[in-house]
Parts: sequence; C-alpha cells; structure tokens
Amino acid sequence: MSFLSIRNLSVRLKNGPPLLRRVSLDVAAGEVRGLVGESGAGKSMIGKAVLGILPPSVQITEGEIFLDGTDLLRLPPKESRRRIGASCALIPQDPLTALNPSHRIGPQITDRLVDILGWTRANADARARDLLAEVQIADPDRVLRSYPHELSGGMRQRILIASAFAAEPKLIVADEPTTALDVTVQKQILRLIAGMQARHGTALLFVTHDLGVVSKVCQRLSVLYSGLVVEDSTVPEFFASPSHAYSAALLAATPKYTDPDAGLHPVPEAVVNAVRAEVAAFDRGPAHG
Amino acid sequence: MLDARVLDGRSMVRRRVGVRLWLSALWLGVLCLGALLAPWIAPHDPLAQDLFLGRMPPIWVAGAEPGYWLGTDSLGRDVLSRLLHGARVALLVALAAGSITCLIGATLGLLAGFLRGWVDLVISRLIDIWMAFPPILFSILLIAVLGPSLTSIIIAIVVIDWTRFARVVRAEAMAQGAMDYVASARVAGRGRVGTMLREILPNVLPTIVVLLTLEMGIAVIVEAILSFVNLSISTDDPTWGGMISEGRTSIHQAWWVLVFPLIALFLTVLAFSQLGEGLKDRFDPVLR
Ligand SMILES: Nc1ncnc2c1ncn2[C@@H]1O[C@H](COP(=O)(O)OP(=O)(O)O)[C@@H](O)[C@H]1O
Ligand SMILES: [Mg+2]
Repeated sequence: MSFLSIRNLSVRLKNGPPLLRRVSLDVAAGEVRGLVGESGAGKSMIGKAVLGILPPSVQITEGEIFLDGTDLLRLPPKESRRRIGASCALIPQDPLTALNPSHRIGPQITDRLVDILGWTRANADARARDLLAEVQIADPDRVLRSYPHELSGGMRQRILIASAFAAEPKLIVADEPTTALDVTVQKQILRLIAGMQARHGTALLFVTHDLGVVSKVCQRLSVLYSGLVVEDSTVPEFFASPSHAYSAALLAATPKYTDPDAGLHPVPEAVVNAVRAEVAAFDRGPAHG
Repeated sequence: MLDARVLDGRSMVRRRVGVRLWLSALWLGVLCLGALLAPWIAPHDPLAQDLFLGRMPPIWVAGAEPGYWLGTDSLGRDVLSRLLHGARVALLVALAAGSITCLIGATLGLLAGFLRGWVDLVISRLIDIWMAFPPILFSILLIAVLGPSLTSIIIAIVVIDWTRFARVVRAEAMAQGAMDYVASARVAGRGRVGTMLREILPNVLPTIVVLLTLEMGIAVIVEAILSFVNLSISTDDPTWGGMISEGRTSIHQAWWVLVFPLIALFLTVLAFSQLGEGLKDRFDPVLR
C-alpha cells in the first residue's frame, strides 16, 4: 500500500453542504502528487484532513486515511497526533503567518525536535544550522537569532521548508507554497522544494492551481472540482491526454511557457455545467446514500 | 492572500513612547513608595482633627500654616497625609482588582478563543448574559449585599469587568489561532494546552498588558466613585473619592481639598494607561 492512501473521504460542513465527495488518492513513498483545482475546490481541506487539522466547523462523514498502513481516523486522537507528528510536516501557503511573530527563528525550528521528538538541544541546533545551509541561507547564525518580521517573504519560505524537513518526515503537505511569493522568488522556491524532496526521498502532496508547476515537480496528479476527484493520472499521461473534459479544459486554460502568446482559453461554460451536473448527480446518486 | 500585518495590525503602529512610558512609571513609582511608606512619611495623622486649623490653604498661599504642605480640610485634617494614606487604598484596589480581573477574564477569553466549540459557546453566552446587567447598578447592588468594605469593592470590580478581558482576549486568540503557525505546531504534535501557552499566549500578551493597566486605572476610578457615594470602606479611612466628596461641599472656601485628590486621581489613571501602551510596545517583538 502507498505511504498515504485516502479512501472515499467525505467531509462536510456541520449541518451544511459536502466539501469533499468520496475523495480517494494515493501518495507512494518518495512520490510527488499534485493536487489541482480552482480556489475553493477543497484542496487545502484534503491536506488538513491528512494532517489532522480540520477546522472544528467541519466533520468527516465517511472514509479512511491510511498513513503507512494504519487508518488515522480509527486511532485515538493522541495516537494519530503522534503518528502525524512523527512522519508528516506542512509547508503552509502564507509565509507571513506561518512563523510565530513572538519567537526567534532558531527555537521555532528546534523546540519541536527537542520537546516532542526528544532530540538533545545540541543536536537540534546543529540540525537547524545544517538545514538553513541546505536551503541556501547565507548567514544561518544571524537568521536563527532573528524574529520573523526581520526577514523577507522568500527568506521565511526557505525557513519553513527547512523546518518542514527538520525531522526527516516521510510525507510533506505543501499547500500552495509559492502562491504568496513574488514571481521571481517563486521559481527559486520551487526548485528548492523539488531538490530537497529528491535528496531526502520525501513523499509530497503538492497543492497548487498551476499546472505549469505540476509538470515540473510532480509524477502524478489529481484534479479536484467541488470536492470531487475528476482525474487521477500520471503527469505524462495527463499532459498527453487528460481523461476528463474538465481537466482537459483546465489544461487548455493554462498559459504555456513554450508559447506565452497563445491566448488563454477559460474553461468553457458547457464543461463547467457538465462537471456541476456530475457533482449534483453524485450528491443524489446511490453511491452516496 | 491575507497579509499578516493586516491581520494583526501591530507593524502599522510605530510610536515613540519612551518619554511617556518613563514619566508614567516615575509617577506610579513615587505613588507606590508614598503609599508603602505613608505611616512613616506622612507629616500628620490623617485622621487627627484640629478645629483651630480648619481650611488652612497650601503652603505657598498666604495664610498657610507651616507643616501643612497641601493645606487642611474643614475638620483640620492634613490633606497631604490623607492623600498618602488614600494612595494605599487606591493602589491596593488597583493591584488586587486589576490582576484578579485579568487572570479570570484573560483565561476564559483564551480558552474560548482557542478551543472554540462548546467551550466558546458556554463562555460567550455567559459574557452576553453578564453584559446585559447595567454595570453601575450591578456594583451598587453587589456592595449593598456584601456590605461596604475594601474586599467587596474588589469583588465588585472583578465581577463587572472580567468580561472586558474575556471579550478582547477571545477575539485576539481566535485571530491568532487561525494563523498557519498554529497549524504547524499542531501538525508537529504539540498538544492543545501547549499550543495555547507557547504559540498563542505570547502573541496575546501585549494586549493583556494594555488591558491590565487600563483595568488598574479603572479600578482606581471605581473605588473613588464608590467612596464618593459613601459605598467604599468606612468613611473614617481616607480615600481619594471620599476626599473629593468632602472637598466638593467646600469648593469655594477651600478648593485644595477637592483639587489635590482630583489631580492625584487623574495622574494615576493617566499613568496606568500610558504605562500599558508603552509596555505593549516593549513586549511586542514586531514593534520592539
Ligand atoms: N474553516 C472553514 N469553515 C467552513 N468552511 C470552510 C472552512 N475552510 C474552508 N471552507 C470551505 O471549504 C471549501 C474548500 O476550501 P479549501 O479546501 O480551502 O479550498 P482550496 O484550498 O481548494 O482553495 C470552500 O468552499 C470553503 O469555503
Ligand atoms: Mg487552499
């Protein structure tokens, strides 16, 4: 079984509409899976479900989340927390709110290693310095002593990447890690994540709405529309011939780096209506009842 | 994308508060010393009446009596000595009421804002119901039941004002709880209490400090008001509110009996609020 295997996961707003509709997806050890969809499709919701940080306003109504063969949803909360902490990490979307403004960078990386994973202080400090060097931060000692607000957005995202890899997790959820950054910085950060992932052999669930990014970093991808997985393919397969009309339209709507002058084709209304109908049919259908 | 600076608004504030902070600290320091040492440094017994020395003006006004620096009231009691002894009551109430209110209100606010769910539901309902009572009426009622004493003033202030802390801290904790750094801490395996104390509390602390000092100022005023309407401690013991109340009746013959406690009250309340603003900026790494 894959390292992460989500089976028929449904999540809904308490007394409200479904947000995820029987989502299934796998991430094998060391593999990068792109998770693509328009804003509000439920991409982050999947990441949060895996990491056990769903907001209290939503509830899981069915499904399993197997992490290394064990269903997290059947474990006592403490035990699932422990497993997630030991083998998963998050690279959040917004580097500005992802570091605690009240603590220096050093402790933000090392305290978790020491307090939760039982490392010695000296080991954790050395590890933090190595990691900052690995994410190409020139002056690790100064940065470790800095407060987040003293650093630029790109610098903070480097720190968050370093911090995510600190405990050698088996799986990292990267939730649109470059969306909040300048275009010039985006490419560097992307290359950095791809490089780190390859070196450490970490499985990566890469949330993005940019298919250009997917083609560069991912081996597989899932396309999500309104909490429904409409496509689950390998990246070469997908770019050769998408299997669903919606994801084909999404691909056509993506500007091509090879031909940036080619006009953008927004997803045609007919395709949107079709996929909406599919979602509605799902909600009515026997599969759900 | 939301900018952290917008969400938390701190980096928009950049003020030079050095001077005000130090002046406030200086006044409060002098006041504390005066209050602590009142029995030894007060030139006279604050209760000693001398009808021959009634309504003596302050020392720099013609007709003053040597040794009575700020003059005497209509019963011939020394205003300075009464001010110093009154400061004991004012500061005791400020300290006790302020810190107890802060502890209760901030704890409930933090729990509600961070834990959300039913905890928040219960605490928020409690706050709403509580705030439906008119505060002055509530306090007068409370003291009428408890009987006028220092303890009942402190209880009254705590009972009325904890909602102020709870509301503000709850909102702030909720805003901080939505930040990604809290999610990261949870993913790393930090428990709820650990996350609350380590991640949330340090970011709410500057707000708590401001509220605490404001509350101390409010406590001084409330004590003065209650003394003014004779609901504070026994009328013999000097309090600023009691002095203001007595001074009011002889404002035309002896303005100093009213004016000096008013000035002391004003400066103290101002100093507390300025101290809060100043400390907030010191506490806050974004502003430091
Ligand atoms: N805390 C929350 N409470 C209620 N609804 C939410 C919450 N967060 C997200 N949602 C809803 O869940 C859906 C999926 O959100 P999300 O996973 O953040 O989308 P994406 O990451 O794909 O942009 C959206 O319709 C959003 O409105
Ligand atoms: Mg998202």
